[in-house]
Amino acid sequence: MAEKVLMKGNEAFAEAVIRGGCRFYFGYPITPQSEIPEFMARELKKRGGAFLQAESELGAINMTYGCAAAGGNVFISSSSPGISLMQEGMSFLCSAEVPCTILNVSRCGPGVGGIQPGQADYYQMTRGGGNGDYKIPTFAPANIQEAVDILYEAPMLADSIRNPVAVLADGMLGQMMEPVALPEQKKQYSPDEIAEYKPWALTGYNAKADKKRAVVKSLRLQPEALEEHVEKLFKKYRQLEKELVRYEAVDLDGADIVFVAFGTMSRLCKEAMEILADQGIKAGLIRPISIWPYPAEAFDKIDFGTTKVVISTELSMGQMIDDVRLAVNGRLPVRLIHRTGGMIPTSLEVVEKAKTILEESK
Amino acid sequence: MTPVFTYTKGMTEVSTSYCPGCTHGIANRIIMETLDEMGKLGDAIGVGSIGCSVTAHQFMNVDMLESAHGRAPAVASGIRRAQPDKLIFTYQGDGDLASIGTAEIVHAAHRGEKFCVFFINNAIYGMTGGQMAPTTLIGQRTTTSPEGRTVEQAGRPIRISEMLATIDGAVYIERVALDSPAHVRAAKKAVRKAFAVQEQKLGFAMVEFLSTCPSNWGLSPSDSIKWLRENMIPYYPLGVFKEPEGLKND
Ligand SMILES: Cc1ncc(C[n+]2csc(CCOP(=O)(O)OP(=O)(O)O)c2C)c(N)n1
Ligand code: SF4
Ligand SMILES: [Mg+2]
Repeated sequence: MAEKVLMKGNEAFAEAVIRGGCRFYFGYPITPQSEIPEFMARELKKRGGAFLQAESELGAINMTYGCAAAGGNVFISSSSPGISLMQEGMSFLCSAEVPCTILNVSRCGPGVGGIQPGQADYYQMTRGGGNGDYKIPTFAPANIQEAVDILYEAPMLADSIRNPVAVLADGMLGQMMEPVALPEQKKQYSPDEIAEYKPWALTGYNAKADKKRAVVKSLRLQPEALEEHVEKLFKKYRQLEKELVRYEAVDLDGADIVFVAFGTMSRLCKEAMEILADQGIKAGLIRPISIWPYPAEAFDKIDFGTTKVVISTELSMGQMIDDVRLAVNGRLPVRLIHRTGGMIPTSLEVVEKAKTILEESK
Repeated sequence: MTPVFTYTKGMTEVSTSYCPGCTHGIANRIIMETLDEMGKLGDAIGVGSIGCSVTAHQFMNVDMLESAHGRAPAVASGIRRAQPDKLIFTYQGDGDLASIGTAEIVHAAHRGEKFCVFFINNAIYGMTGGQMAPTTLIGQRTTTSPEGRTVEQAGRPIRISEMLATIDGAVYIERVALDSPAHVRAAKKAVRKAFAVQEQKLGFAMVEFLSTCPSNWGLSPSDSIKWLRENMIPYYPLGVFKEPEGLKND
């Protein structure tokens, strides 16, 4: 394992994704992730790639589409309102089966909202926002090392499934500093190698061994052809639902309460669990790491003999709670603890609310 | 026997989906013929757009992709980063380029992106059934300007070539028309020049084609040609708006 270094989240994310094979970045400044385009502007040219500041997030996602369709390994990052603008393009990338890595260092909404950390982009990231039937595997790390490890694997994962892969890291993770170990540089493909590594990519047909031309497209005006295409995409997505599920389950056996939380909020839940334990209340935690596909199977591990209530704990008005309800499937009451607008609860606040909910659930 | 005329390898042997008398087909063909004559079909990447030419990749025999409405110049800018040495072009209508895609075209020109833009100005939204475009002429009736476009309602038609010619990064800008054999020959020369600008990495190049839309203008193909000549050319003058010094053109 490499030596640990103290790094700011956003810079560690950028370094990890370069080491994971990314060579191109297109972006537009937005808090709380502007350190990422700044880092890419300094680094990518030195490391055999290119950085381009786009005229808008719409421009950025479409540059991503072009570059990735031409075989480039592209990373793109933004924060909530910028991600909204990119979602037309994300739908297009999924439809055309063009890979890329996307990072949302999320802030608060709705609208331009505020710049403090928030988790109210859960729907945005897991439900699309772009039009049509499509899915983007999305991971929600809880610390910088976990984010680094996921972002390191994301570019090659995206290439292998020919679909974007996303990471949702709230602004807290982007702005904090933690010690991280950075993995080794993976192989980056040169323009000359792309034609062989990605035979579907636009390289000019002379570059291809078979001299066949490539067409990357989304439009299918014949309903039969479009249905067939979408069914094909969903065959892939169903396979990913089996392969990409990731979560952490903590202290579920004998628990009175089970918290469900991702990202920053899961760290607060872990603190709250210790305080509750001191007071004689056993609390467990399900921490989804993949938020699509959602780790519904983790909920089968709940101790239904002892657990009285499942509490979705979120920095939003309650969005993931929909998936929690589906996964619990009526077996237990599901309640919400939340703050929003950039307000972060203390662990004591979580403890007090959890105790009230537990009393009400007995 | 030496053939005097052959089918260009630049076009696939598929019938185009354009309406009879539509000059999109001529524009497609002269671009592809030029790449064929340059021996560059296998080193070219085309960026289609949303409009009647969305299916152009079925006819243009090069590597190609479809892009979302208006975004072709951003897509081409991205391709350029991954493929520094290929010949890249976009093919865009006037709704696509002059309305929804103005940010992308202006900034691609401004950055001096090294690709060619082929801009088909038919003064209307063809594919969606004849709505007003930013290029629709004053008095011209469309389904969304049923009494004819007025300045009060929609301002004056936008002259894209003149506008882009004010941008430093845009080094070659020419407007041509597809209304006569002489003009078509001139248009092909302009296409060749635009590719030469790109090959010599001089900057952003655009050719604007004045083109017909008989179906949505409600005119026969020959009346459409006449309408283009009598109404479009006076408002959209033909010619070279900008050309780089030192352009070598064989
Ligand atoms: C985001 C978005 N908005 C609207 C449309 C609908 N649409 C398809 S083609 C088109 C107009 C195309 O007109 P133009 O660019 O002038 O091309 P033409 O068909 O005239 O060649 C529009 C508005 C779309 N496909 N996507
Ligand atoms: S609708 Fe107009 S622009 Fe479109 S193919 Fe027909 S004639 Fe050409
Ligand atoms: Mg048009």
